[in-house]
Amino acid sequence: MGKLDNKVAIVTGGSRGLGEATVRLFAREGAKVLLTDVLDVEGEALAAALGANVRFMHHDVSKEAEWQSVVAAAESAFGLVSVLVNNAGIAQSGPMETLSESEYSRVIAINQTGVFLGMKSVLASMRRTGGGSIINVSSIYGLRGSPQTIAYTASKFAVAGMTKAAAMELAPDRIRVNSIHPGFFATPMALGNQAVVDTVLPLVPAGRLGDPDEIAQMALLLASDDMKYATGAEFVVDGGFTTY
Amino acid sequence: MDRMKGRVALITGAARGIGAATARRFVEEGALVLLTDLLDAEGEALARSLGANARYLHHDVTRAEDWARATETVTTAFGGLNVLVNNAGILAAQTPIEQTEESDFRRVMDVNVVSVFLGMKAAAPAMKASGPGAIINLSSVAGIIGTANTAAYTASKFAVRGLTKSLAMELAEFGIRVNSVHPGYVDTKMIADMIPAEHAEAFRSSASPLGRLARPIEIANMVLFLASEESSYATGSEFIVDGGFTCH
Repeated sequence: MGKLDNKVAIVTGGSRGLGEATVRLFAREGAKVLLTDVLDVEGEALAAALGANVRFMHHDVSKEAEWQSVVAAAESAFGLVSVLVNNAGIAQSGPMETLSESEYSRVIAINQTGVFLGMKSVLASMRRTGGGSIINVSSIYGLRGSPQTIAYTASKFAVAGMTKAAAMELAPDRIRVNSIHPGFFATPMALGNQAVVDTVLPLVPAGRLGDPDEIAQMALLLASDDMKYATGAEFVVDGGFTTY
Repeated sequence: MDRMKGRVALITGAARGIGAATARRFVEEGALVLLTDLLDAEGEALARSLGANARYLHHDVTRAEDWARATETVTTAFGGLNVLVNNAGILAAQTPIEQTEESDFRRVMDVNVVSVFLGMKAAAPAMKASGPGAIINLSSVAGIIGTANTAAYTASKFAVRGLTKSLAMELAEFGIRVNSVHPGYVDTKMIADMIPAEHAEAFRSSASPLGRLARPIEIANMVLFLASEESSYATGSEFIVDGGFTCH
């Protein structure tokens, strides 16, 4: 018996990294999963490998029309949606004086507006389900300041804030909304910037990068019926990075 | 049903409420558990009902010698110590500060804070010797926000949160993770005793944005996650389960 039996989940950014680990674990725990991403080849291959209860759909999370198609596709393939993991996001680094307004806006569109559109689009489905769990992937950058990440930091603080506003708004519908704040994980996003890894690794009390499965486990707990009293809260999984 | 298979745990305040629910969940998931409390009749009955993998010990968490006996008992009975749940605590009478006795303030700090210090101090050697482990300290939403007429309780629960972070840094190199759990209002005797019966229904529905109290098992499930290897990268953090109480 799985912890997510009979639940339908949408996981954005599900082709690799934290999203991929979450898709794999959710499927293993009995969920039907629509994974979405802009990385079609990886996404298709993952869905094919995981069987009939997992499907892939191309999805730019910053486009409202695509969100409507995604929710409709999840409903027609699997039924009413009860779990949404807003995981898709892009990184940004560099001094602010070299960051163009359009680059800034792109980070906000994907990391922040994408989360708003996701929550908005899935609401009707979750209401008909009788409740649900929305898990927004923020970051430790949504808790603290650090240099040369102004757009990323802005977007991740926004995710934490939107989570709380949505939690209050949706509590009467029994829709729970929480944020997860990963530290540094062994994902393509983090490993893509070796300088950051070299700088931060000695600063992690746990002495290592996190394994993507360790975020998937946090998402699983929040998605499951074991945590029906948690809403509006921040769940930090960072090997102690923000402890000091 | 084996998320805690073979893991040895010590849970204080385990005779009832959140502690009892946690002991039950741990045993269901394969742990070997020493339950401790001052409420011997309830604690012994619960341990008996949980079978051979649960034992009970009388334990005043404010006394170092009781802690020495508790860690000795658990390591002797079960061969080590992997998980410590500092759950025992008391709620002070809700009084304005002018009417709060110094002795009451010190009593709350003794039971809710000094106990956690003594517990981690007593357990650290056995836990270091037993390999990777986890300490879960029960704080409260009162360790996150301020409320009136609860000076002692609020101070004590903020202190638990701070102790947690300090020990997380200190014990990371030994593979021991230390986190705090912050329940909102839970359907326990501690809370029932606080609310006059005629206000109970109104209190329940206004206890959180979700419109109800937490069930003890909903907090126990959070503690279980933090005790298990599922949370192997989480340390020094605050895990709030409060129905949205502190998010507004």
